[in-house]
Amino acid sequence: MSALRNELRRELRRESALLHIDWTACDGRGLCTELLPELLQRDEWGYPLSLGYGSNVPVPRALMDAAQDAVALCPRQALRMLGR
Amino acid sequence: MTFAEMIPAPRLAEVRPPGTTRLFASGRPAYSAHQRAYGPLPTVRDLSTLVREIEAAGLTGRGGAGFPTSRKIASLRSRTAAGGPPAVVIANGAEGEPLSVKDATLLRHAPHLVIDGLLLAASVAGAVEAYLYAGRDELAVVRQALAERQDASIVRLHEADDAFITGEASAVVNAIAGRAPVPSDHVVRLSESGLGGRPTLVQNVETLAQVALVARYGAAWFRTAGTDADPGTRLVSVCRDRGPTRVAEVPGGIAIEDALHAGGVNPRAVSAVLVGGFHGSWVPAHAFGTPLSPEGLAPFGAAPGAGILMALGFGACPLVVSSGIADYLSMESARQCGPCVNGLPAMASMLRRLAGRERNGGLPAEVRRLAALVSGRGSCHHPDGTARFVLSTLTVFAAEVDAHLAGRCTEVHA
Repeated sequence: MSALRNELRRELRRESALLHIDWTACDGRGLCTELLPELLQRDEWGYPLSLGYGSNVPVPRALMDAAQDAVALCPRQALRMLGR
Repeated sequence: MTFAEMIPAPRLAEVRPPGTTRLFASGRPAYSAHQRAYGPLPTVRDLSTLVREIEAAGLTGRGGAGFPTSRKIASLRSRTAAGGPPAVVIANGAEGEPLSVKDATLLRHAPHLVIDGLLLAASVAGAVEAYLYAGRDELAVVRQALAERQDASIVRLHEADDAFITGEASAVVNAIAGRAPVPSDHVVRLSESGLGGRPTLVQNVETLAQVALVARYGAAWFRTAGTDADPGTRLVSVCRDRGPTRVAEVPGGIAIEDALHAGGVNPRAVSAVLVGGFHGSWVPAHAFGTPLSPEGLAPFGAAPGAGILMALGFGACPLVVSSGIADYLSMESARQCGPCVNGLPAMASMLRRLAGRERNGGLPAEVRRLAALVSGRGSCHHPDGTARFVLSTLTVFAAEVDAHLAGRCTEVHA
C-alpha cells in the first residue's frame, strides 16, 4: 500500500508542475481551495493544506488550468507555479 | 609594548595549534597575538585548490544546518565565473538562539580568525563586498580588529538584533538590505540571487574561522582532530537548566558525556540533554555515550547543529521545562506565516496543559497532530524545528507524559 503510494508520489513529482505557496503573503482567504478542491483543503485557521505536502504542491496535468487560475486570482498573490 | 609582544615570534609557518585548542590559540583578540599564534594570512594563489582543501578537510557549516562548506562556496564560484554579477559574502554571527554563545565568544576572542576566513571566502567566491553581521558588543571588538589591519577594507559591519530567527540566512540578507530582519519566501537560492539580486554566500563565523585554519595548515592537519565522519573541532555551548553557559572547543564525534564535562557539567547529575538547541532533540542519560556527530545523533532525530547542549538536572520536570521552551518558540514566530502564527501557540498550549497534569488522554495525540500540521508550512524552518523539539519531548519523556496524564509527576515541580 505504502509502496504503491510512494510510486504514485514519484510519478506525480515527475509528471507535474509545482504550485508554490508563499506563506508570508497568504492570508487564508481560501479562493485557491475553492478552485482546487481536489488538491487543497483548508486547515482549522483557513490556510490551504495539501496532505503530505508543505509549500510546494504537485499539480497533475488535469488540474493545471485550475491551478493557473488560482495563481492568477489569488488576492494576496501568494501562489506561483514553479517550472520543472 | 607588553611583555607578550616582546617575545620574538617563532617561524610562523611552523606554528600549528596543538590538540583541540585551535580557534582560541591566540589567547587575546589583538592582531599581534593572532599573527603570533597563526602566522600571516596565506596568499591563496589557486583558489580552486583551497576549495578542494576545504572539501578534503570535510568541513561542514557550524551555524546549524551542517552543509558541506566546500559545496556552498563552490556553487557561488561557478555562478560568478559564469559571468553573473559579482558575489557577496556574509559572515553570520547572529546568534538568535538564547542557549548559544559560541559565536559571540569566538568574535570576542578571535575576531581576526573570522576576518581571515571572510576574506578568504570572498576571494574564492569572487566577491567584491563582504559583510560581518553580529550583535553590537561583538561588532565593537570586530571594529577594533579591522582598525588593526590594512587588508580588510572590503569588510562592512551590520548590527544584528537578538530575535530567535534573526540568524536565518534570508533574514540576514533582508537585514543587510535594510528590510525587516525576518525570513522571506525563497523559491530561488541565495547562492543564485541574494543581496541586491547578487549571488550571496551566508556563512557562520565559526565556519569561516575554520576555513582560515584549513587555508593555513591544510586538510590533513584539520583531520588530526575529530573522527572520519565528523572531522576537526567544533565549538559547543553547554549549560544546565538554562544556568550559566560555557563555551568549549571539542573534537568532532566527542561523546555527549565528554562534551558535558568539557562544559563544566557533571553528566551523572543530568537526566537528559537537549542537543542542537531549542530546535533540537532530547537525548536521555542512558545514551550519553552517543557521539556528538550527525550519524551518532540521527537515531534521536538530533544533529550537532550549532553545538548547543542544555543539560536537564534531576529534579527538574522535563515537561515543565519543555513547555516553557515551546511557549518561547511560539512567541518568537516572525508572525508572517499563518500555520506558524496559529499552530505554534496551539501546540505550546497543549504541552502546557500536559505539563500542568491535566487528566486528558487526548493531549499527546493533539500535540502530534498540530506538529504534523505546521511542519513544512512556513517560509523558514521555525515551525519544523519547533515541531521536532515538541515531538522529541513526547518520545523521550513518554513515561513522564503517562505519569502527568495520571495526575502525577516523577519530578519535583518548580
